[in-house]
Amino acid sequence: MMKKIGSKLIDWIDERYDLTPVRNLLLHKKVPEHRHSVWYYMGGVTLFLFLVQLFTGILLLLYYRPGEDSAYESVRFIVTEVKFGWLIRNVHSWSANLLVLFAFIHMFSVFFSKAYQKPRELTWVTGFIILVLSLAFGFSGYLLPWNELAFFATKVGTDIVGVVPVIGEPLKILLRGGDEVTGATLSRFFGIHVAILPAIFTLFLVMHLLFIQRQGMHEPEHFKNLPEEKKKYIPFFPDFALKDLLLWVVVFNILIFLALYSPWELGNKADAFASAPSGIRPEWYFMFMFQSLKLLPAHILFLEGELLGVLFFGVAGFIWMLIPYIKVKHRPNWKIQLLTLIGIIIVAFIVIMTVLGYIL
Amino acid sequence: MGKRFYYFLLCTLTVSFLFGFAYPEKENKKADQNQKVDQCFACHKEIDNLPKDFSENDIHRHANLSCSSCHGGDPNSDDQDVAMSPSKGFVGVPKRKDIPKFCGKCHSNINIMRVYQPRITTDQVEQYYTSVHGKKLLAGDENVAECSSCHTAHSILSAKDPRSSVYALNVPNTCNKCHGNSSLMRTYNIPVNQLEEYSKSVHGIALLKNKDISAPACNDCHGNHGATPPGLKSISHVCGTCHVSNMDFFNATRMAKAFEEQDFHGCEQCHGNHGVQKPTDEMIGVGKESKCIDCHTEGDKGYKVSKNIHLSLIQLKNEYDAANAKYLEVRQKGMNDVEIGFQLQDAKQALIQSRTLIHTFDSVKVGAKVKEGIEFSNKASMLAQKEIDDYSTRRNGFAIATIAFLVFVIALYFKIKDKEKKAS
Repeated sequence: MMKKIGSKLIDWIDERYDLTPVRNLLLHKKVPEHRHSVWYYMGGVTLFLFLVQLFTGILLLLYYRPGEDSAYESVRFIVTEVKFGWLIRNVHSWSANLLVLFAFIHMFSVFFSKAYQKPRELTWVTGFIILVLSLAFGFSGYLLPWNELAFFATKVGTDIVGVVPVIGEPLKILLRGGDEVTGATLSRFFGIHVAILPAIFTLFLVMHLLFIQRQGMHEPEHFKNLPEEKKKYIPFFPDFALKDLLLWVVVFNILIFLALYSPWELGNKADAFASAPSGIRPEWYFMFMFQSLKLLPAHILFLEGELLGVLFFGVAGFIWMLIPYIKVKHRPNWKIQLLTLIGIIIVAFIVIMTVLGYIL
Repeated sequence: MGKRFYYFLLCTLTVSFLFGFAYPEKENKKADQNQKVDQCFACHKEIDNLPKDFSENDIHRHANLSCSSCHGGDPNSDDQDVAMSPSKGFVGVPKRKDIPKFCGKCHSNINIMRVYQPRITTDQVEQYYTSVHGKKLLAGDENVAECSSCHTAHSILSAKDPRSSVYALNVPNTCNKCHGNSSLMRTYNIPVNQLEEYSKSVHGIALLKNKDISAPACNDCHGNHGATPPGLKSISHVCGTCHVSNMDFFNATRMAKAFEEQDFHGCEQCHGNHGVQKPTDEMIGVGKESKCIDCHTEGDKGYKVSKNIHLSLIQLKNEYDAANAKYLEVRQKGMNDVEIGFQLQDAKQALIQSRTLIHTFDSVKVGAKVKEGIEFSNKASMLAQKEIDDYSTRRNGFAIATIAFLVFVIALYFKIKDKEKKAS
């Protein structure tokens, strides 16, 4: 019955708007099946978590009130009084963290399988921009509950922006809406979090998805070299999409589990005049950068250590984004290619610095 | 080329507009005010002959007062003979016994002082001469403290300035400069362990360790300019300055009269003075740490009252602790703790009030307040239990949801397998 209504509706639309391009976009794509196929699902999980963020974010907007005197109170109201408010807020917080985690996994899996190479350069660039925007989402969203920890973490975070030469200081003031982190910063971060970032994010996400849909999944080297009859493919729609859905349901269940058993603490309300509480640390995904800056000496040659660190991460991020355009000679006699080695070092660096950040 | 230029111009203008709009406004800084050259300061600085304790931050200097404002002379002349001439009112360094009056020239004159601080008092010198310090100075003892002993001579700062020697946090050490000097204090037969005792006391820990400037320093009990040891009768008034209810309750009892008759030291009798500790519930009752049994013995009325009061207090404390434990569990589970928190606040308030009511030595009054506190604690406990039960309901909900998801996942799995089978 439902199926009948569904196909009738599609026919109705098709008759008027010709859905052939959409159908082609969905149906032409085939997904290769091989021993590394599992990485194909990471992007899908990231997309799912973004949809969860969108949905829960909109629901939170119904009750959240930005402002020094209302932000904390409204979040408290959401988690204590609103029906299922605790669930929505905790799913939003957990999903944000998992989103960044899966985005990182997705990025490195693409990097190590060399899927960023021609013709998928722009897919990589847009993907990297999406990751940076996700981090910006995380940074701006962290302040919104206006609690002690978020207040001081934002203070430290924006201070780091301030060390960049020439543009650092004005950029810091622009971000904070003044010299200090105040209610003006909260208003700005709210605007950035719910309007500016979603608009830019959606744009890049649509581009990213269109590129993937248009070019199909990347085939790794070992799969390409197989004889044609041994290459196995499954249609993207509905086969791969169904598997995606299966994983999404599992991830969603994990999200609810985390929201229930490990609720995100609200803590105390931010107080600009209170001394900073102990244990001020950024979100885990900024930890490797934060820890590196902490470990750098105060001065390196004639430059400040912190400044050098910030510049290093800025330049390194930019080069990382342009990886598809950097030509490195393939050396068949090398067991590990240079770029793969660099990738392994980067992953090890991120993991070690993050762990150090929590244990030191 | 022309078109490109206009595009460029348009982009630049748009970016500038957006940046200008988003960039926060800043207040203009006030221009520095011109200051007249003070020849006293200029010359003494040049010949490196400024007073040893001189500070650029001195409050008088900040108020644009010259050295001559206290020492006389002409600050406008760079000729030493003119500037430091007695005919220009130069008085030089005052003798120690004259210092209070020397400072009092201005500080006892409201017409001068109101220019700087409209609400300032001008009775410091008058009060000083009522103090032990002042009386001894008048009697010719030049070892006692005068204004500069506490305030310094040339680095005087407002008492509200944390760098000041008379800022609340610094007062105990300022007094201790003399009162911790055993050779000096021996002359007056005064002990020198006050700071040591005070540092370990509830007041000392609050002030010196926790930096709570609302906690009393030496001057809050002894007075500052009129510093004197409190007399026997005034002890409860001294403590009662802050502990108002305790004083009122105590003074209204028969016990206050009995204390007076026995020459007991009011509050100090049970709580001590410089080393006063945070009171415990064990100070009342009939246990080893009880203060009541110092005078009361088994069988007398006071003994019984003390025992009853102690039992009520312990009952409330236990109820409160139990409710608080549940409250913490609710918080840890991320459940609604707001109303429980309010109830607990009221329970805690009742507990504090019950403890204060001890000073009425009336078990009925204490009992009534304890009952109130127990009601609040029970309500908090009940609300907390409801939240803990709700949490269990959520867990059950999650279990049901998981089963539903699992069924869906299994169905999907079979659907996929079925498709794969058909395809092959």
